Amino acid sequence: MTTTNKRGFAQEVWDFFCSLKLSIFLLIGLALVSIIGTVIQQGPQREYLATLSETKIRLYSALGFFDMYHSWWFILLLYLLTLNLICCSIKRLPRVWKVVSEPVLVMDDNFEKSLTNVKDLKLKGSKEELKERMASFLRAEFAAPVITEQNGEYHLFAQKSPWCRLGVYVVHLSIIIIFIGALIGSFFGYKAYTNIPEGSSVGQVQTQSGKMINLGFDVRCEKFSVAFYDTGTPKEFKSVLTVLENGQPVAGYQNIPIVVNDPLTYKGITFYQSSYGQSDEGVLYHLTVRDRKGGAPLKLNARQGERLALPGGAFLSVMEATMDVRPFMRGFDGPGAQVEFTPAGANPQPFVILSDKYESFNAQHGGDLLITFDGMDQKFFTGLQVAKDPGVWVVWLGCFLMVVGICMAFFMSHKRVWARVTGSGVTLGGSASKNPAGFELCFDDLVEKLNKA
Amino acid sequence: MSSSMLFNVTMVTYMVSTCIFFAFLASRSKAVGVAGSYAALFGFLVQTAAIGMRWKESYDQGHGHAPLSNLFESVVFFSWTIVLIFLLIDFKYKYRAIGFFVMPFALFGMAWAQLSLDSNIEPLVPALQSNWLTYHVITCFLGYAAFAVACGISIMYLIREQMEQGGGNAQAGGLLSMFPSIKILDDLNYKSIMIGFPLLSLGIITGAAWANYAWGTYWSWDPKETWSLIVWFVYAAFLHARITRGWVGRRAAILSIVGFAATIFCYLGVNLFLSGLHSYGK
Repeated sequence: MTTTNKRGFAQEVWDFFCSLKLSIFLLIGLALVSIIGTVIQQGPQREYLATLSETKIRLYSALGFFDMYHSWWFILLLYLLTLNLICCSIKRLPRVWKVVSEPVLVMDDNFEKSLTNVKDLKLKGSKEELKERMASFLRAEFAAPVITEQNGEYHLFAQKSPWCRLGVYVVHLSIIIIFIGALIGSFFGYKAYTNIPEGSSVGQVQTQSGKMINLGFDVRCEKFSVAFYDTGTPKEFKSVLTVLENGQPVAGYQNIPIVVNDPLTYKGITFYQSSYGQSDEGVLYHLTVRDRKGGAPLKLNARQGERLALPGGAFLSVMEATMDVRPFMRGFDGPGAQVEFTPAGANPQPFVILSDKYESFNAQHGGDLLITFDGMDQKFFTGLQVAKDPGVWVVWLGCFLMVVGICMAFFMSHKRVWARVTGSGVTLGGSASKNPAGFELCFDDLVEKLNKA
Repeated sequence: MSSSMLFNVTMVTYMVSTCIFFAFLASRSKAVGVAGSYAALFGFLVQTAAIGMRWKESYDQGHGHAPLSNLFESVVFFSWTIVLIFLLIDFKYKYRAIGFFVMPFALFGMAWAQLSLDSNIEPLVPALQSNWLTYHVITCFLGYAAFAVACGISIMYLIREQMEQGGGNAQAGGLLSMFPSIKILDDLNYKSIMIGFPLLSLGIITGAAWANYAWGTYWSWDPKETWSLIVWFVYAAFLHARITRGWVGRRAAILSIVGFAATIFCYLGVNLFLSGLHSYGK
């Protein structure tokens, strides 16, 4: 009693997962719930959260709406769909496989009645002759036949593209393969982001979840540039990158330009142009120092906050600078810098220096030295998306199979033709897995050719 | 002569074609139906020339890109693909009544583009500078267009079914007599979706391939991607409904209309109401 109950229950579960109604329910359900994540911001920004009430925020986070596509219930729906299509395929594939691998070779009376396309032809000749004629006819006009002798009659069977019946299962398989690819990517890959100032290099990147990842090599940004169209819209964002192993540039990976739509891949890790900005790091300030008593001017370069040793034992550091002082100082223009000047054995003195256009302004400070600010090299940083996804080729394989499977399932038809050769003539029967109207034309054409021949 | 003039001719021709198809339903004259199809064909040829000319104009202006880069160009292309798919089905099956339910989509697209969208030829922003743009846009829009045709056919299905149930001798109901039978409409609906579904799948795949190439991730649940998947789910449900008892006919027609509504939201709604990676389509 218990065993039958158990079997009954197992059978019910099996039937449930095999049902097409479940497929339709899951597909429509997935379509409906997917809308949520397009309306509620995913990985929400502070500004967005501020527009929501306290209750809503609590409710949404409890339901996982802020990262909906990775919430347990959405993943569960995807797993259910996968299970459903596996069960459906397991249930139906053997039957279809049988049609493909063990075709009905003999058209008996019962089978003949099930066919929509049947034609009796009165043809002259012996059974043997007719058999040979039919065989060569089918080979020439349709496909090579299999000949069976039964009850003194010859049965010929020929078919075209029987494997297209498997198209549906190829599509189902392709979806599973795509999911496997996605899983490989999520377990063994990562998406990260990094900013590299021009002239600097990084060996670590930060993933979306905040984890630091060692690349195992360094990437240096040699240069970043942005170009604009005349209309002011951006035309090109370009970073020039060099890959370094143990601090040494790698041959073939030096000064590689990357732009949006043209990334750089090294050791399975790909770097994508994503954003840019002006960098505080790596700014180079240009100064000229001259002794007031005469002598050759001395050109100096300084980095942010760097203490420059000047002739005569004084020190100078640039605190901040700009290429255009107009917004800060009325009546002046050109480059300007806020500096800290420390004469030998005295306290630091902060003041502003300008370009050589304002010699008398610059002469107010600096003791024996006349210091002018010549400008600076403002540096950019490039924002790179860094991705490693070993599952991506599995996903492409799945996509390829999906396209092949859909074409097999939608655009190809399994066409079958039977011929029964008796002493009085030939009975021709035919069927197709798709497009019955189209096959009827094809069948009529065969009959006509046979009549003529 | 400029592409803009030709687009105007296209719009007027599509309007004429729609009117002729209406006259066909009213007059039940075969010749009128054929005239409607030829008007649509003429409009299609003019539009093809106009799109080609706009392409050339973009080269003359020094930008040199396929006319598939902003909302104006995509609406025009959408309208072109709708007429293409309609003409294919029209010349194969010759059910002219369908024209009255499909040409208005194309007419509406052209009118909207010509009357209220910015038709300037702009250079490509960096994100769009890729050959993937062409493959992605063409496959997606051909898919959308097939769904538009399926939607028109489904509306006919529902009207015809309603009349048959209500009137009894609906055959005398004038306009209805030129409608194909319910069985044929159901089959044509399925056939259109059989064209659309593989193209949509290819569109999603080329989009994923491009995203992976340009951004390093083939799927990021961006609203556009998600909505395209929603559309895919709806039509996948439609295809499975076909082989399930109780889901043929009426429910399939409704699913097809819902699918096209989702398609239109995916195409326009996402750009107009939601923010995301496809914002250049505004």
